[in-house]
Amino acid sequence: MRFLPTDEQRAFTRSLHTMLRAARPPAAARAWAAGDPAPGRAAWTGLAEAGVFALAVPENHGGLGPLPAELALAFVELGRHAVPGPVVETVAVAALLTALGDPAPAERLLPGIAAGEVMATLRLPGTGPYALDADAATSVLVVDAAPAVPGPGSPGDGGSGSGSGSGSGSDVKGHADASEGAHGGDHARDRNGTGTGTGKGTGDASRPGPKAARPPTLRIAPGHGPVRASADPVRRLSVPQGGGEVLAAGPGVAAAAATAVDWARLATAAQALGTGLALLDRTVEHVGRRAQFGVPIGSFQAVKHRLADTLIALEFARPLVLGAAVSMTRTDIAAAKVAAGEAAYGAARAALQLHGAIGYTEELDLALWLRKARPLRDAWGTPAQCRAAVLRP
Amino acid sequence: MDLTHTADEDAFRAEARAWLRAHVPHPPPPSLETAEGFAAHRAWEAELHSGRWSVVAWPEQYGGRGADVFHWLVFEEEYYAAGAPGRVSQNGIGLLAPTLFDHGTQEQRARILPPMASGEVVWAQAWSEPEAGSDLASLRSRGVRTAGGWLLSGQKTWSSRAAFADRAFGLFRTAPDEDRPHRGLTYLMFDLKAPGVTVRPIRRLDGKPAFAELFLDEVFVPDEDVIGEPGQGWRIAMSTTGNERGLMLRSPGRYLAAARRLVGLWRATADPSDTALRDRVADAVIGARAYQLFTCAGASRVAAGSAIGAESSLNKVFWSEYDIALHETALDLLGAEGEPADGRDGWSEGYVFSLAGPIYAGTNEIQRDIIAERLLGLPKGRR
Repeated sequence: MRFLPTDEQRAFTRSLHTMLRAARPPAAARAWAAGDPAPGRAAWTGLAEAGVFALAVPENHGGLGPLPAELALAFVELGRHAVPGPVVETVAVAALLTALGDPAPAERLLPGIAAGEVMATLRLPGTGPYALDADAATSVLVVDAAPAVPGPGSPGDGGSGSGSGSGSGSDVKGHADASEGAHGGDHARDRNGTGTGTGKGTGDASRPGPKAARPPTLRIAPGHGPVRASADPVRRLSVPQGGGEVLAAGPGVAAAAATAVDWARLATAAQALGTGLALLDRTVEHVGRRAQFGVPIGSFQAVKHRLADTLIALEFARPLVLGAAVSMTRTDIAAAKVAAGEAAYGAARAALQLHGAIGYTEELDLALWLRKARPLRDAWGTPAQCRAAVLRP
Repeated sequence: MDLTHTADEDAFRAEARAWLRAHVPHPPPPSLETAEGFAAHRAWEAELHSGRWSVVAWPEQYGGRGADVFHWLVFEEEYYAAGAPGRVSQNGIGLLAPTLFDHGTQEQRARILPPMASGEVVWAQAWSEPEAGSDLASLRSRGVRTAGGWLLSGQKTWSSRAAFADRAFGLFRTAPDEDRPHRGLTYLMFDLKAPGVTVRPIRRLDGKPAFAELFLDEVFVPDEDVIGEPGQGWRIAMSTTGNERGLMLRSPGRYLAAARRLVGLWRATADPSDTALRDRVADAVIGARAYQLFTCAGASRVAAGSAIGAESSLNKVFWSEYDIALHETALDLLGAEGEPADGRDGWSEGYVFSLAGPIYAGTNEIQRDIIAERLLGLPKGRR
């Protein structure tokens, strides 16, 4: 056992760190939030040249991977530097197409992902109505779950036999929360179960369809609805349009979607960890400099202990993230997602409190990390969903 | 970056598992904080020793197996997975022995370690005093030079295991006029049955005499029972908190086994629609895995030649708070069955024990100060 990054892995993250610092992602993130993706695209190209996206793409499709450990290390750096864009989603698309094993769609998109030419985003059943950054992405992929088949299961038993309307339920195996499943069942019945809406019934892409069961499908959405402001303005949300070209259909799509969720959770956990580490670094710097009562506020125990707790949470999330990248078990990945998401959110709360009023503004770059922590905590699996996954036998 | 075990570690695991399956007592012995339970746990140490499992990380000449940190982690996983009893010799094995390996003489190791390994001599710690807790360096118990040794006088308290143990180790002020409190302290070992020693057991929250006050009145300690140089006691005592043993004070195996038992209890008793309890059970599983992987990373750094240092403070805060949360969840699952003090599967006593975790071995407030100042680099301030 040598549960430490290798010298090569260390050199890789160091070079990524150096490259990203020079690329000034905070400026790119602010432009991205304002609807100008050009600087973010430039940073994207840099990441691709560094090999980041190739880590998720198999060698026979022009990549270097799959290398989840290197990917996790890279995503810690992406989080640390507040890189904008659908980085997680592009990795999830790569994982989905790789798991699908269908050469045509794989060859169509994977080499472009590895090369940085394809910026992809993705919506899967069970993860809400929105796709991230569809306005900037070159490819918007959607998995529609199989329509509802009234089954023997009791209502609310995790959505078995339902779930297409909600996009939750059984199709992405083991990822749906039971309460969501119940929602999904109702929704599916209301709409004849062909839609692509959400567990909360807010989806607007549902179309009437035949009652006959269809297999889950993977399609390229022809466009997206209006961009909605997010709690983190750098995360631009919109609902993919219905229709478009179907790339694949069948039970293999559901299994591939479940794999895509695993990769998305891992990458999000790593990004959250990096976000939390950046928040802690900036806050430590601030409390060491900010003086009140004639001394730095960082000399007060109340401040010290809150930051110590922040570090403890992050330092115990780190081995979970890296361990999940090594084992790639669904349980480890869900555990990492919970721990890193909660640790980063805790870091954001501490950062806001200890910066005081200036932290509650857009004036500092701090806001870029501060507003990202909460969405990352919930993206691709809320803490409750991931805790349920940890205990699933 | 890998988490694989070697073939040798796998074979070691199989050997430990087979031996433990054949030897772990069922039902478990009574609480080790009672006279009867203490004797039973001492007998268990002797049995462990007869199989050469009591001190696997020690060199073979002292009854160990020369196991490295990865083998030790494997053994601890098997030990707690087998439901084996708590270790009555933990103070000696975890605190005194590492000090003797680093700072003791050959003669001391040869004389003291074998009877510690067999449970023939059980050790208590004697650090705290009524006026010296977190500010340990302000301790006042003194050692006065006499022919061939030292005469110890003063009062120690919160001395774990001392109600039933044989010997104790701790720090004493042997040079009262030094300019700083950390100077002039000496690390000494003494006999709890020696003339001049009075042991007054203290009952912890559940009434069991888990620790004691020690009153010392000119207790003679020969020079051979001084560890290291007189006056160097502080440095010697602190050196064993920051090395790999700081990482190993509580093994991950202990919490992995406890989390597994908790999940079993949850599956057997819980209402599956109670997601609040479910989330806490999940957090116990996540926490045990986090602690295991954190320790694997630390062990890998130690194996690669790095020191652990102040990182052991992260470790201590984490496991002590984790342990309480784990036991609280178990009691909530048990409901009314959790209230009797001898309640099911030791959860009730385990809960009482867990409550002490954030207090002993350096309070969590002190640990957070260390984390903030040494790991985050925040300025020193008034405590």
